[in-house]
Amino acid sequence: MLKLKNINTYYGKVHALKNVSLHLAEGEIVTLIGANGAGKTTILNTISGVTPASGGNILFQKEEINALAPDRVVKLGISQVPEGRQVFKSMTVEENLELGAYLRYRARDAKAAIQKDMQEIFQLFPRLDERRRQAAGTMSGGEQQMLAIGRALMARPKLLLLDEPSMGLAPLVVQEIFRVLQQLRAERGVTILLVEQNAKAVLKLADRGYVLETGKVILEGPADELLENAEVKRAYLGKDKKEIWER
Amino acid sequence: MGGAKELLKYGLFAATILLAPYLFSGSYLLNVLVFAGINTLLAVALNLLLGYAGQISLGHAAFFGLGAYASAILTTTYDWNPWTAMAVAALTVGALAFAIGFPVLKLKGHYLAMATLGLGIIIQIVFNEWVDMTDGPSGFSGIPNLTLGPLTFDSDRMNYYLVWIFVLGCVFFSLNLANSRIGRACRAIHDAEVAARVVGVNARLLKVQIFALSAMICALAGSLYAHVMTFIAPSSFGFTVSVELLTMVVIGGLGSIYGSFLGALLLTLLPEFLSVMHDYEIVFYGGLLMVMTIFMPDGLVRVMPALCRRLPSLRRAKEDADA
Repeated sequence: MLKLKNINTYYGKVHALKNVSLHLAEGEIVTLIGANGAGKTTILNTISGVTPASGGNILFQKEEINALAPDRVVKLGISQVPEGRQVFKSMTVEENLELGAYLRYRARDAKAAIQKDMQEIFQLFPRLDERRRQAAGTMSGGEQQMLAIGRALMARPKLLLLDEPSMGLAPLVVQEIFRVLQQLRAERGVTILLVEQNAKAVLKLADRGYVLETGKVILEGPADELLENAEVKRAYLGKDKKEIWER
Repeated sequence: MGGAKELLKYGLFAATILLAPYLFSGSYLLNVLVFAGINTLLAVALNLLLGYAGQISLGHAAFFGLGAYASAILTTTYDWNPWTAMAVAALTVGALAFAIGFPVLKLKGHYLAMATLGLGIIIQIVFNEWVDMTDGPSGFSGIPNLTLGPLTFDSDRMNYYLVWIFVLGCVFFSLNLANSRIGRACRAIHDAEVAARVVGVNARLLKVQIFALSAMICALAGSLYAHVMTFIAPSSFGFTVSVELLTMVVIGGLGSIYGSFLGALLLTLLPEFLSVMHDYEIVFYGGLLMVMTIFMPDGLVRVMPALCRRLPSLRRAKEDADA
């Protein structure tokens, strides 16, 4: 469904992504793990067109989307939940969700369809239903994360890009969010690309994973294999550190 | 506009504006209120850019001046119909702002402030130096009053209605815009630009469009100013005016259309009332600005709603305590 081939992205002179290649099949949940500055967020921003790649190809459903503006990418069916949630703080929950459907207003019967989708989001996250008219900036981190996901879903994406949805959240809230992601895949067939620092939790959720280091993919494979991989364990899971260290 | 409550608010606002001249017998205050109206147009225009789209401009007086000079030159030197000249001036200034906006609005924060400041200075230099067209620093005189059928807008009362009807139109339009999908998209850019872009808001284009719209409203205010004053000079469109506009918007309340009205009204009336203090007027004025920004950083218009908002939470706290 999505294929990145030899992607190179720069921030000015900084070479942030070096020949990154990865792919997602339809209905898959794939995760990108790695330390800060490894380029995880850059990969998502490059896919969504926020920081376009200077070289390489991005194919989405066999269509070249590299160098498309972000609004065109959204139209094709890719939505991003940006890093740090980035809800529209001064606006209500409902307004945030309406903005998620920003590009759908021209469609016929748009209003009714958008209302219906909003109801579905409220079923998915009942907490948001209770807070419809509350300013998004006054909600808890977990609620804001739910809102950010709901907002992305309002564009009816086929592919959902999530940037560290567990950041700064209580373990129970993370569980709930991961449960919803599974539900989205099961019920709507949404394909999910997920950036995480919480490697242990996300590798239990994902089908496959890529490990990034300083802008390069250094490891890839099925999630359960990565979970058992000694290198991943040492660097990201903090498990068995002693044994590996002393070997 | 959002609902009956908003409409009622606007109705009250319009009624107050239209009836106000009957409350003041003295025509001097009416004359001041004409300028308060022009300043309201300018403040609302800047607020659309600053309060909604979150983009600063320190050069908005330039668009005001361009509108004024365009109307003055077209009607006086070239004998155009003033209404046609007004429309042409607004559209041309809008187009110019659109073209300038693309490179300039790529900048953010301090850099955007510097670039718009530069723009304002360049345009004021043009007003001063292009003497053949603008008559230079001594000013451009002999601009005709506006007429509409049998009406001539040459008295304070006539000018009051002329200007404030434009204000009412502009406020109505701006309120609608602010409550529309476009207005929400602007606030989204303000709140979180990356998030706005990934829900599909073309942030770059939208910012430029709002910039152009804002410039058009300023040009319109400039045309009105030229016809009301019948004389204009470059000093009315300088950097200090841009800063005054900014002050009106901030004091009134960022992102509030009615706030801009309050800010413009206050800052236009205040110097008149302070003139009894003679030389110390500017000291008081400066002090007031400091006190207001320290104690009411959200602007005049937010002080009342903030109090009202506290009431329900107090009530809720009481209910919780009762339960």
